[in-house]
Amino acid sequence: MDINKDRLMLMLRRMWTIRHFELKVIEVHSAGEFTGAAHPYIGEEAVAVGACAALNDTDYIAGNHRSHGHPLAKGGDVKRAMAELYGRKDGYCKGKGGSMHLADFSIGILGESGIVASSVPVATGAALAAKIGGKDFVSLVFFGDGASNQGACHESMNLAALWKLPVIFLCENNQFAVTTSYKDSVAVEHVSDRASAYNMPGVLVDGQDAIAMYEATTEAVRRARSGEGPSLIEGLTYRFEEHSLGLGRVRRGEYRTGDEIEQWRKRDPIVIHTDRLVAQGIATLEECEAVRDETMAEVDEAVEFARNSPFPDESELFEDMWATPIPQA
Amino acid sequence: MPQTIFVEAINQAIIEEMRRDEAVFIMGEDIRRAVYGATANLHTEFGDNRVLDTPLSENGFFGAAIGASLVGMRPIVETLTSFMWVAMDQLISQAAKMRYMFGGQATLPVVFRATMFYGGGSAAHHSDRSYPMFMNMPGLKIIVPSSPHDMKGLLKTAVRDNDPCIIFEDGTLMGARGEVPDNSELPGGELLVPFGKANVVRQGADCTVVAIAGAVGHAVAAADELASEGISVEIIDPRTLVPLDKRTILESVEKTGRLVVVDPAHRVCSAASEIASIVAEEGFWSLQAPVVKVASEQVHIPYTPALEKLVYPNKDKVVAGIRKTLE
Repeated sequence: MDINKDRLMLMLRRMWTIRHFELKVIEVHSAGEFTGAAHPYIGEEAVAVGACAALNDTDYIAGNHRSHGHPLAKGGDVKRAMAELYGRKDGYCKGKGGSMHLADFSIGILGESGIVASSVPVATGAALAAKIGGKDFVSLVFFGDGASNQGACHESMNLAALWKLPVIFLCENNQFAVTTSYKDSVAVEHVSDRASAYNMPGVLVDGQDAIAMYEATTEAVRRARSGEGPSLIEGLTYRFEEHSLGLGRVRRGEYRTGDEIEQWRKRDPIVIHTDRLVAQGIATLEECEAVRDETMAEVDEAVEFARNSPFPDESELFEDMWATPIPQA
Repeated sequence: MPQTIFVEAINQAIIEEMRRDEAVFIMGEDIRRAVYGATANLHTEFGDNRVLDTPLSENGFFGAAIGASLVGMRPIVETLTSFMWVAMDQLISQAAKMRYMFGGQATLPVVFRATMFYGGGSAAHHSDRSYPMFMNMPGLKIIVPSSPHDMKGLLKTAVRDNDPCIIFEDGTLMGARGEVPDNSELPGGELLVPFGKANVVRQGADCTVVAIAGAVGHAVAAADELASEGISVEIIDPRTLVPLDKRTILESVEKTGRLVVVDPAHRVCSAASEIASIVAEEGFWSLQAPVVKVASEQVHIPYTPALEKLVYPNKDKVVAGIRKTLE
């Protein structure tokens, strides 16, 4: 394993941050502190964390409706992310985006899209800018097994392969598009098999293993930066929670068995990563537990920050519409 | 002043902007060979990297233009209105909404040049005049040039604007000639037409005609005909629908007391509907007669010329509309 301890510990930290963030979101959402849809990333943390560990701050990511994990994995600010869910002025989008639209352009997070597959062409375009402008950044887009059936996805892969764009297509196959199994919606055995249709490498990776995700993404980034073009990575993972908070009608057990969920919960990405660090003597259990506790405290602080942040003033309704302003219609 | 063909004005604007700013590039279908004329000579001058022929993947490459604009480029996309339907997700979910949704973080200096081919037997799938549908969606600037002069000046302004712009290029005007000043004749050395400033094409006293894109020519022809009867028509070309120069329209109606709006789009929820409603809300007490809309009939575009000619506004319909306000 050719990864230094700092990076491995950062990966652990970011996975814990996401885990605590999502657990807290479930708690405060259930308590009615804010409303609307929110899609927990619990169980899938290793995918985004492993992938983003292979990127620089100057590289770009874009994502989807299951949106909290991606920005936090890229180093997004926990307080501003939480404040956005609370609809507050200090939120990433000043309360105008909410759970599904976290973004931080200052560190390359080009935003999460509520429309499935809609950010795939956008991320492809960022890579096009790198090519035309002669820049060495890459772009990586997260999308699900459901999105992999959208035309936007296929059109983007064709464009990227045709023009050898520095983009990484990262399919988070959590196996269900809401309640529909990918086995009932994807015509090939694995989403990554589709790469061959676009003359790019496609790899199937254990999405519960942050290090495996990191290594696969590192190779895709190397290809992208050296002008060899795009790659498709499929991280096979599992959503431990339900599709979305506030979607009570989709109950556990109606489309997947409790036994299946329990089997996957035994493959908790944080446990897998921690066990490996301890077993290989890279970190002690105490060090790992300290990371767990520190991130929990950080998320608690973020909730307090969000609760104390003001709502935007009513005068802000019309702000942020235009970069070159025009009179309000 | 030199006479320039509409399509050449587009070409001039693109070339000038691409020479001025290396962040500007253009992409679209068959643009290297310039099948529609507007992109002539671009590939020769600017090369593969800045003149991109795309696959037939509008949703994909519209989105790619949007993504490139987010990170510092200024793309121009060439398309036809009828192909925009295929890319609506990117135009609406991303281009229109992204800046607001992300609290002002996103800046999208992207221009979509969409030609409206209609009136030439192209039938229902290739004759769309769809700007009103985009006016309804906040976040997009909507430009409707009616002359080579405005086409060039508005396109150059659009390329420099930092918001997503859609320029609806009226296909019935592509071969039209008009005066476009040589840059050497202009203070500042170039032609820039600002957004949100209507052009008073002709001053008049009896009736205001607001006409959009190719309909401006019908309004002028109608005004010429009625002038022989002593009827004086004021013609206003809004030039941009978002932003819309309400003030010029309202001031004109205040003067004439009458309004006819001529719009090549279908009449329901058209640009004409919006302009009529603004005048009803804000200029009602100036009106001496009901507002008249002369817009395309609410029916699909039939192929046969025997029927297609019935659909759109024309000089005679505008004349009849003006007369109605004077009854």
